[in-house]
Amino acid sequence: MSGVRVLVGTRKGAFILTSDGKRERWEVSGPHFAGWEIYHLKGSPVDPNRIYVSQSSGWFGQTIQRSNDGGKTWETKGNKFLYDGIAGTHLWYDGTTHPWEFKRVWHLEPSLSDPDVVYAGVEDAALFQSTDGAQNWLEISGLRRHGTGSRWQPGAGGMCLHTILIDPSNHERIFIAISAAGAFRTDDGGKTWRPINQGLRSEYIPDPNAEVGHCVHRIAMHPSRPQVLFMQKHWDVMRTDNAGDSWREVSGNLPTDFGFVIDVHAHEPETIYVVPIKSDSEHFPPEGKLRVYRSRSGGDEWEALTKGLPQRDCYVNVLRDAMAVDSLDKCGIYFGTTGGQVYASNDAGDSWNAIVRDLPAVLSVEVQTLL
Amino acid sequence: MIRVTLPAHLRTLARLSGSEVTLEITGPVTQRSIIDAIEARYPMLRGTLRDQVTFRRRPFVRFFACTKDFSNEDLDAPLPEVVANGTEPFLIVGAIAGG
Repeated sequence: MSGVRVLVGTRKGAFILTSDGKRERWEVSGPHFAGWEIYHLKGSPVDPNRIYVSQSSGWFGQTIQRSNDGGKTWETKGNKFLYDGIAGTHLWYDGTTHPWEFKRVWHLEPSLSDPDVVYAGVEDAALFQSTDGAQNWLEISGLRRHGTGSRWQPGAGGMCLHTILIDPSNHERIFIAISAAGAFRTDDGGKTWRPINQGLRSEYIPDPNAEVGHCVHRIAMHPSRPQVLFMQKHWDVMRTDNAGDSWREVSGNLPTDFGFVIDVHAHEPETIYVVPIKSDSEHFPPEGKLRVYRSRSGGDEWEALTKGLPQRDCYVNVLRDAMAVDSLDKCGIYFGTTGGQVYASNDAGDSWNAIVRDLPAVLSVEVQTLL
Repeated sequence: MIRVTLPAHLRTLARLSGSEVTLEITGPVTQRSIIDAIEARYPMLRGTLRDQVTFRRRPFVRFFACTKDFSNEDLDAPLPEVVANGTEPFLIVGAIAGG
């Protein structure tokens, strides 16, 4: 019997929600690591019981946890994130230089082929890799050193590397995104990198061909078409069909193209989901109506999905790592809000239910389909 | 035998049931030697009290003993004899912060 495990990171701990393949009844386990900020937790696609967790605290810094039994027990792993060589400087908000300083891990991305290999996207923006199950970490420093790093600048949430996508057909190709530097790609396993931001337009950047500086909020990929990427930028929903060499806007008829999350249907590579947010100064849904928008055409044409979602007085946000899909049929879509709800659809977005509704503010949602 | 009190989150992280731990320290009892001993006994606490690269105390972690705040004192200065002989605990406190 198939089932689903939803991994939820919140401001005050981690929660694990489980259900059978019907996805109608849910059991909630947690809080794990109560009182700590859990920016992200994610399971290995090779060994689903291997789960990596980013646990952090304004008081006590960064810790990494690992489970080998699907979240029943945990062990503390290595937390030394040391920038390679002389860390150097990047730009600060006011345009002055600022030394690179490690703050926290935003995103953990387990390898597609080895459960002991895991990548970490951190603030201040850098990519780290562990090859021993998160005990020791080494920076993949080619990213910061490829030439534009000194011009990177933080977004409002900090200068975070928040998205890591590994090409399933070529594990040497990895896409990452940094707020507010942009998107980058390596084709040689991390040795060399280049910005992939051509076609992005940002009002605050006068140069339409700027290599870096774009506030990318999230990138999503369907595993069957890794050259096609969808991006929720600060403003604008974007698409590339050539692995980031060029982007075009596909915001179409969205009520607002500001937002954080974006994801792709597990079985329909042209079906994508976003949650429009009113603006960069008002981080809540337009008109107080929480609506997921779905495009079945890879963008441009969008439909509002509202059944089961609050359509009045709703002023939550949905943060960048807080949407995920399962691979059951019909595809399940999940997202978490800053109001502590996790909404799920077991019919590809046609209808929604809050599978838990009073958690701390949700920072991340990941889904494991258990067969 | 040195007595050290840890904040609740770190006791959980180190899987400790009581609020106090006891440590054997050879040589001078200083803030540095206490933190070194804690990190050696409880590797999961490495990086939680001080930065692992700069070794600077985390800003919201404070050190007290005998009603005195030692947080900004010399890390290598000997602590009071009553701490060194275990009469008084060395207190590691998560600063009150927030609103």
